[in-house]
Amino acid sequence: MDYEKIEKAARNRKRALNTVIYILLAVWALVVLFPFYWMILTSLKSYAAYNSEWVPQLITFSPTLQNYVDAFTAVPLGGYFVNTLIFTLATTAIMLVVTVLAAFAFSRLEFKGKNLVFTLFLSLMMIPSELVVITNYVTITDLDMRNTFLGLILPSVASVFYIYLLKENFSQIPDELYYAAKVDGTSDLRYLLKVMLPICKPTVITVTVLKVIECWNSYVWPRLVTDDQAYFLVSNGIQEIRENGFGRENIPAMMAAVVVISVPLIVLFLIFRKKIMAGVSRGGMKG
Amino acid sequence: MKVTLQNLTKIYPSRNKKQPKEVVAVSNFNFEIADGQLIGLLGPSGCGKSTTLNLLSGLQKPTSGKIFFGDDDVTDLPAENRGVGLVFQNYALYPHLTVKQNITFPLENLKGKDKLSKEKMAEMALEAARLVQIDELMDRKPAELSGGQQQRVAIARALVKNPRILLLDEPLSNLDARLRLQTREEIRRIQRSTGITTIFVTHDQEEAMSISDLIVVMKEGVVHQIGKPQEVYDEPANLFVAKFLGTPPINVFNAAVKEGKLFIGEEAVLNVGNIAEGEVVAAIRPEGFVVDKNGVFTCDLERVEVMGRDISVVATHKESQNEVIRAIVGSENLASVNGATVRFSLKRNKVYVFKKENGERLF
Amino acid sequence: MKNNNLKAWLYLLPAVLFLGFFLVYPLIDVLIYSFEEGYNYASQTYFGVGSYNFSYVLHDPYFLQALKNTFILVIITVPVSTALSMLISVALSSIQKLRNLFQTVYFLPYVTNTLAVGLVFMILFKQTPYSDGLVNTVLSWFGISAIDFISGPYWAKMLVLCIYTVWVVMPFKILILTGSLASVDEIYYNAAKVDGTSKWRIFRKITLPMISPTVFYLIITGFIGAFKAYSDAVALFGTDLNAAEMNTIVGYIYDMLYGTSGGYPSYASAAAIILFVIVLTITCINLLVSKKHVHY
Repeated sequence: MDYEKIEKAARNRKRALNTVIYILLAVWALVVLFPFYWMILTSLKSYAAYNSEWVPQLITFSPTLQNYVDAFTAVPLGGYFVNTLIFTLATTAIMLVVTVLAAFAFSRLEFKGKNLVFTLFLSLMMIPSELVVITNYVTITDLDMRNTFLGLILPSVASVFYIYLLKENFSQIPDELYYAAKVDGTSDLRYLLKVMLPICKPTVITVTVLKVIECWNSYVWPRLVTDDQAYFLVSNGIQEIRENGFGRENIPAMMAAVVVISVPLIVLFLIFRKKIMAGVSRGGMKG
Repeated sequence: MKVTLQNLTKIYPSRNKKQPKEVVAVSNFNFEIADGQLIGLLGPSGCGKSTTLNLLSGLQKPTSGKIFFGDDDVTDLPAENRGVGLVFQNYALYPHLTVKQNITFPLENLKGKDKLSKEKMAEMALEAARLVQIDELMDRKPAELSGGQQQRVAIARALVKNPRILLLDEPLSNLDARLRLQTREEIRRIQRSTGITTIFVTHDQEEAMSISDLIVVMKEGVVHQIGKPQEVYDEPANLFVAKFLGTPPINVFNAAVKEGKLFIGEEAVLNVGNIAEGEVVAAIRPEGFVVDKNGVFTCDLERVEVMGRDISVVATHKESQNEVIRAIVGSENLASVNGATVRFSLKRNKVYVFKKENGERLF
Repeated sequence: MKNNNLKAWLYLLPAVLFLGFFLVYPLIDVLIYSFEEGYNYASQTYFGVGSYNFSYVLHDPYFLQALKNTFILVIITVPVSTALSMLISVALSSIQKLRNLFQTVYFLPYVTNTLAVGLVFMILFKQTPYSDGLVNTVLSWFGISAIDFISGPYWAKMLVLCIYTVWVVMPFKILILTGSLASVDEIYYNAAKVDGTSKWRIFRKITLPMISPTVFYLIITGFIGAFKAYSDAVALFGTDLNAAEMNTIVGYIYDMLYGTSGGYPSYASAAAIILFVIVLTITCINLLVSKKHVHY
């Protein structure tokens, strides 16, 4: 056997394979990043410059921030933004309280029929939102809550999945801690707040961040219950801008709005990168 | 297949900047293994024995030095082309394949003119399975087997392709005590019947001594001694080897050499002839003590443990480096060992003297 | 004990109320709606009970169009995205350098607003009187004449929808697959390597069977997700999807409920139940198949 030949062939094969792998990964990175580049680039081109480009230019030499000014003045982007912020914060906060309390009951407290109730809860996970949105729409309309924050928030609050996720984490805390706290005369609520929540902080953060992403991007429900621009969230806002926007098809300004809408979540992601990715891979699904 | 290691060295570069120390896993290992031998690499964990095995299998590349199989330099040959059989510590049986599929797996890798027919593969798999006596279990999945059976499957899988050398990583560590005894004899039998040069790694001295033709004692990447098990036990090259081999462990004392005599405490216990005078370390095997009313070595008696054939005299001595001294003597001495002290005379060939600074053997 | 029971229910109360009111009650209600014929939203009355709503929906050309679109979307995007994410995940798992960077970049689409980024895809593919758009410009280098991907021929629109859908679902799949690949013990790869196994064979015979539960999980969730496609289409083609021939089943439900053709909760309910039955059937088939092929 000619060992040198085998060794050389193996080395070459490895090098070639590595090259192919990096090219593949780079190409996909380009596919992922290009739309982001394009939206930023376009948002920096002036209206006139953009429309005079028969062949789209990959770079601009006279960037302008005018589009961002337009996005906030010509359309109520600021309003959409504030609405989404209120909606996201309120929904996430209420969701956290509801979820933590329920998860605590399932993981720590003993009561009759606990297992049955929990199984029923889990089976609710299978219900697709499309099925229940119809009645919820009718309910909210009947309650005269269209175009109100309450109407937006209430149906988005409860999440079986997050209760499940948190309950699993709570259950991992050893019983001894609970008994020790009991002996020291700690109340259940105090134990929950002072012991369980701090221990399970990573999961709580995960749930929070996932819910924030979900809220920030929600489109279907807000579209159903709001038709007054004053209550539009960013998703509906961007759709509104697209269809009735700047009085004319002002794509650079539209892209500026898109950038503004996208930035908060991307920043949030870059800060909580590890936690978000871990949280999502633990079973989070979009929508 | 003869295996030669030439100045084999493996250095792991430092992992991060905070800890700039590189780790020398194997240092300058020279060894020639004759065809058909069973070699035990022995040492405490982290001594570089597993790294040596990985270098032999080709899973890791040495930093420097060479490896020869026969006359072929295989140092840079990838694992895929080396033709070694490797049995992993926790067997690494593919959990989704049956025993038969596991054993056949290496054969299916052969390509081109080496390609085998289905029948030939089945035949070879059955043959390997028979050798390790698992031919009844061919259709089971690994999860349905006991630890010992999994071990045999792993050996069959390593043997089926007629490897040039067979490597076993801690082959017995995952088995219970009874199976361990049985399996190590099994390994010996299989190795004898196939005649494949076999190298196995273990931290268990008994395991290594009982079946190896030669044992290699390693520590922190350095080979301390290579030899036949009994020779290494009888004539340890240094203090580490002396301490590492033997159960109960060897008794170690602070001692001194004066005028050709070995002193432990005030007592001259042995004539050691013409060696350098000064402080030394003396080590005495538990079986090196003889209970003797007029003995030269006096210890404070702690207790006596009865083991049946032998008794274990547990004593203390102010110069002892171990907490207690253990002497294994015949049970006929039971009656004569009592009181506050016990006196021993020493068997000359069970007493070793080492340099205090580096543990090098003096006597 | 009684005291404890009460306390536990107190903790559960908010969750039970919210879920009962917005999840359980609607589920029952939607079934009732779907069988109430001729329901009039304004007067809250109906003529009778029967399966007319289902029959109406199943004969509605818009629904059939939506059904067709959804099926095409599912059949194309699920295999493509699964295969592509597998390829990328395997590549990603085999490198050390830049791995974290690539992983972060690949996850970005997950945290972006589907509607917003959809607009970027739209302008990339759109042909206007002023410009052919970037994609057409690139295609012209290969001698392909300009196509309006956004308001042009059906297949062009479907292509863009598929591309965008794949782009959106990839982050989740890559994340799950790389996690699963990392969980395969390296010892199996070493064992296979020592036995002279080729890379491709290692992948097919060891890696794939070992991560098969994850792959099936991704396929099942992929099917469910793709059947519920909606906002991707809105992002690309606007809210009037029927006019664009690009509606999906979910889009049809919302249009029936609200929007230009809206105000028919009964039809919407019937369509929602049909969707649910389709998804349930496909999921069951998937589970049956996976029982046969998954090894744990």
